[in-house]
Amino acid sequence: MNGSVAALTPILKRCSSALQVTPLSVVLLLFLVGPVIVILIFSFYIFNGFFMEPGFVTDNYEGIFTSFNTLEAYLATFKIAAITWAITLVFGFILSYYFVFDIIAFRWKIFLFLLSVVPFWTSGVVRMISWIPFLGKEGLLNRALQGIGVIDEPLEFLLFSEFAVIVSYVHMYTLFMVAPLFNVMAKIDRSLIEAARDSGASAIQIFFNIIVPLCKPGIAIGTIFVVALVMGDFVSIRVLSGGQAGTVLMSMRNQVDVLQYPFACASAVLLLIVLLMIVGGIMSVVDVRKQL
Amino acid sequence: MKGGEKIRRAPGFIPRTIFFWLFMLFLYGPIAVIAILSFQGPQGGLTFPMTGFSLHWFKDVIDPTYIGDFRWPFGRSVILAVIVMALTVLVSFLAGLAYRKGFVGGTVLFYLVITCLVAPSFLVSLGIGLGFANLEMQTQWWSGGLGAHLSWTVPIGVLIMLAVFARFDRSLEEAARDLGATEWQNLRNVVIPIMAPGMIAVGLFGFTLSYDEFPRTSLVTGTANTLPVEMVAVTGTAATPSLYAVGTMTTVFSLAVIIISFVAIYFVQARRAGRARSVQARYGKKPDVSD
Repeated sequence: MNGSVAALTPILKRCSSALQVTPLSVVLLLFLVGPVIVILIFSFYIFNGFFMEPGFVTDNYEGIFTSFNTLEAYLATFKIAAITWAITLVFGFILSYYFVFDIIAFRWKIFLFLLSVVPFWTSGVVRMISWIPFLGKEGLLNRALQGIGVIDEPLEFLLFSEFAVIVSYVHMYTLFMVAPLFNVMAKIDRSLIEAARDSGASAIQIFFNIIVPLCKPGIAIGTIFVVALVMGDFVSIRVLSGGQAGTVLMSMRNQVDVLQYPFACASAVLLLIVLLMIVGGIMSVVDVRKQL
Repeated sequence: MKGGEKIRRAPGFIPRTIFFWLFMLFLYGPIAVIAILSFQGPQGGLTFPMTGFSLHWFKDVIDPTYIGDFRWPFGRSVILAVIVMALTVLVSFLAGLAYRKGFVGGTVLFYLVITCLVAPSFLVSLGIGLGFANLEMQTQWWSGGLGAHLSWTVPIGVLIMLAVFARFDRSLEEAARDLGATEWQNLRNVVIPIMAPGMIAVGLFGFTLSYDEFPRTSLVTGTANTLPVEMVAVTGTAATPSLYAVGTMTTVFSLAVIIISFVAIYFVQARRAGRARSVQARYGKKPDVSD
């Protein structure tokens, strides 16, 4: 090895990280930063009622902040997000507790966990559509309930309602809560629980004073996923709500359909800020990177 | 736990077991309904009752008679998923290597990855779509669509890679270096084989998430739809049980991909265990290879 190469090696070594991270940076710049900048620029464009013109006006934002609909849409979105979050959290706790503490053989833990994760790798569209023949007026659930005589008339609220939307969210997003909770719960030192039991703690005390606090990072990561996915969804809302739920994304989607791009962009900017504030708030409490 | 010793279950074990299986019913039940309804008779509708049992709607997917040709969208989706998978594995593996050593701006980039993950899919789709329109280019599934998919699969791939690398035993690499391995040999013969199961997992995520992606793709496919976009388009209009048939077929396809991935991971690990055993047999001691 001659002198010049030897001198170059440390520089190359230093550059190697930069080179290795270049593809990631390019992807993020082109397909995250780029689109956000585009949205930001378009949110200040002029909309004259028919089409948009380049410009720099704050009309679109003024429109959003003075409209009563904005507040209503956000309240509707938060309500659906909160209900979905609460249900997925409870489901997530029961399921991961079952995998970690009730199932003893490691193989079975992994098998049952995978069984609840496999649908994640199948089509979300199919899983969403599959609620239609299940919850519909002529659907399986109504027929079954009528068959056993619980109800006389088919229940109308099952499909094309907020109920159907929340059911489909719980169906699709519970595993985003299960996976991080399973991960943190499996790391809990069993001797802590034994010590608590020996000191006379009840099962409920052990759960709320030991397991739940130690699961906080998992709760945080699951919450970030569920809240972001629910607040960013417009597919289930569109297909399953039957126009009942006026969430933020629905109004954005409708604006795009009538080509009101500047309004849609302004509300997209606002939604992104709201989401980042929620996620930032959660991440300031829990160090997500430490959990990886 | 063998030997006749009775396992003492924690209180509430039975209710939790019942809950688990009810949840499985909730998880798989609707998909099973779709699967059954796709065998609907030729005159049957989108709900029960079944007017017969036929392969009519599967034939309709393979050889469409009137609306909705799913064959081309399926082809596009598979091609796109393969490209997204390859790029996702490459980008996240390289990023994982970089994060191991640390670099200037690593924290900022990590927060960008998180932002990419939580950014509303619609916003990404709209931004890419408007960006293309502004450059007076027509977005297509293989251009704007590819970018939209990467904006979803790459952050997930990077997070998995960071998690797998965090469990990586650095002493193995140090041992290789002490034995005179070059950087490249180290990467080729130590790092990649150990990371292989993680890379297959990232590949599985990359493929399936791209293959099934709808919201980010919705505004950027241009003139030719991917399969999920085509399916949602048909949902809104005149849906026939062929929608269920294609749903069943695509689910079976996804399950096949999942099984292939798990078999691949199993073989990689079995081969490694076999090698460890042969080393042990040759040198008469347990090689110091953890996991």
